[in-house]
Amino acid sequence: MRRNRYSIFSLARNAVSYHQDWSEAWRSPDPAASYDVIVAGGGGHGLATAYYLAAEHDVGRIAVLEKGWIGGGNTGRNTTIVRSNYLWDEAAHLYEKSLQLWEGLSQELNFNVMFSQRGVMNLGHTLQDMRDIYRRSNANRLNGIDSEILTPAEIKAKVPAMNVSSEARYPVLGASFQPRGGVARHDAVAWGFARAADARGVDIIQNCEVTGIRRENGAVCGVETTRGLIGARKVAVVVAGHASVLADMAELRFPVESHPLQALVSEPLKPVLDTVIMSNAVHGYVSQSDKGELVIGAGIDAYTGYGQRGSFSIIEGNVAAIVELFPVFSRVRMLRQWGGIVDVCPDACPIISKTPVKGLYFNCGWGTGGFKATPGSGWVFAHTVAQDEPHALNAAFDLERFTTGALIDEHGAAGVAH
Amino acid sequence: MLQIECPWCGARDQQEFQYGGEAHIVRPESPDTLTDEQWADYLFNRANSKGVHAEQWCHTAGCRRWFNVLRDTVSYAVLAVYRPGERPSGSVE
Repeated sequence: MRRNRYSIFSLARNAVSYHQDWSEAWRSPDPAASYDVIVAGGGGHGLATAYYLAAEHDVGRIAVLEKGWIGGGNTGRNTTIVRSNYLWDEAAHLYEKSLQLWEGLSQELNFNVMFSQRGVMNLGHTLQDMRDIYRRSNANRLNGIDSEILTPAEIKAKVPAMNVSSEARYPVLGASFQPRGGVARHDAVAWGFARAADARGVDIIQNCEVTGIRRENGAVCGVETTRGLIGARKVAVVVAGHASVLADMAELRFPVESHPLQALVSEPLKPVLDTVIMSNAVHGYVSQSDKGELVIGAGIDAYTGYGQRGSFSIIEGNVAAIVELFPVFSRVRMLRQWGGIVDVCPDACPIISKTPVKGLYFNCGWGTGGFKATPGSGWVFAHTVAQDEPHALNAAFDLERFTTGALIDEHGAAGVAH
Repeated sequence: MLQIECPWCGARDQQEFQYGGEAHIVRPESPDTLTDEQWADYLFNRANSKGVHAEQWCHTAGCRRWFNVLRDTVSYAVLAVYRPGERPSGSVE
């Protein structure tokens, strides 16, 4: 089952044959009549779920159903920021688990996900911003998460291109800095998890859209797809922006709303920014990719939408803020701009939960910041599906919290800019 | 970008408006008689329709009045605009 390991030796061996003999990274099997677990959604979170199900649990046959192609959804559309500096204990522990998995992920998957711990800086522009930053930073340290407070002079030393003068439209009063945060190569994360899951026997079935969820006596028994009916003992749904659509197939109503979220990249530049800059107040975030492009993320549109595109005014405001912070970027030309659909929860925290339908599990509501959680999300969701019980790390992130009122309110705490 | 026809002011750019979420959600008459599930459903659960969606907009930079819009959430086309208390067909609630 195990494909050729990627290594310096396999590289050398394949160089001899002019790289004509590399095996496929994952198979493209036809769907079987039934599986023990079907993961609906072949994004990063779904593939990670399938990988950890196969690698750490004994659940039998597993399939991932993807309506498009691997790497074609939000995994390939985001700005790849990874951090774990969340305010509330529940969120901090979940994202920190994910960050720890990131730190060993390339070795674990035998696939270079290009995880680069270049640090993440969250700027404060007002006195209240700074108070919130001190509070969050102290909470992070109590949870064992690395966090420093930087003065404007220290920020300037790290990021010379930034305008930190008190005359600036958005004066920089300080920042929190998480040195272990950073960025990763988004496509590689999807491909790496897909390849590693496939090597452990998971069937990855692309161009196979789930169109219905079959139930019998209150329990799930399979899914209808564009490639026919596929039986399943358990169905794990991880479909980001389309969570409500899938929930509707099982006659469930969810507390999520889907919004367009946009991002853009510039032409490649020489190295100018070697960390990640985020600003909640002006709602912009920017980093420089290994190719040299500035990767810029904007905010969501207020209206709901499934159209994978947003309003120009959002980008205009976003770019204006970035140029105020980095006047040297004013003549940089933008190459590409795109949108994805994010499902936002009222408390800006995900739902990783069992549902009233037996054998049906949902992992959704990650909003604008799901990428950083990819390995951790898959890890806890695999546990939830395999054991039919949440792991301690995701027990608080159940659907029930909207009934009990035990929300985990990361809006404004750390959840505005992702 | 959307162009939205305010029922009082006419067609204007989206930036003059503020989005107000799903339309026709009625606050329960007597919340104290509801179960926690019913109250949570009113507070948090939303249709989040893919396709035709009834939603509220406010003409904040114009007449500052609220109204309802039927919009396709995939194509973003505005399909109908109607005043509070009306239905898209024009019939009164």
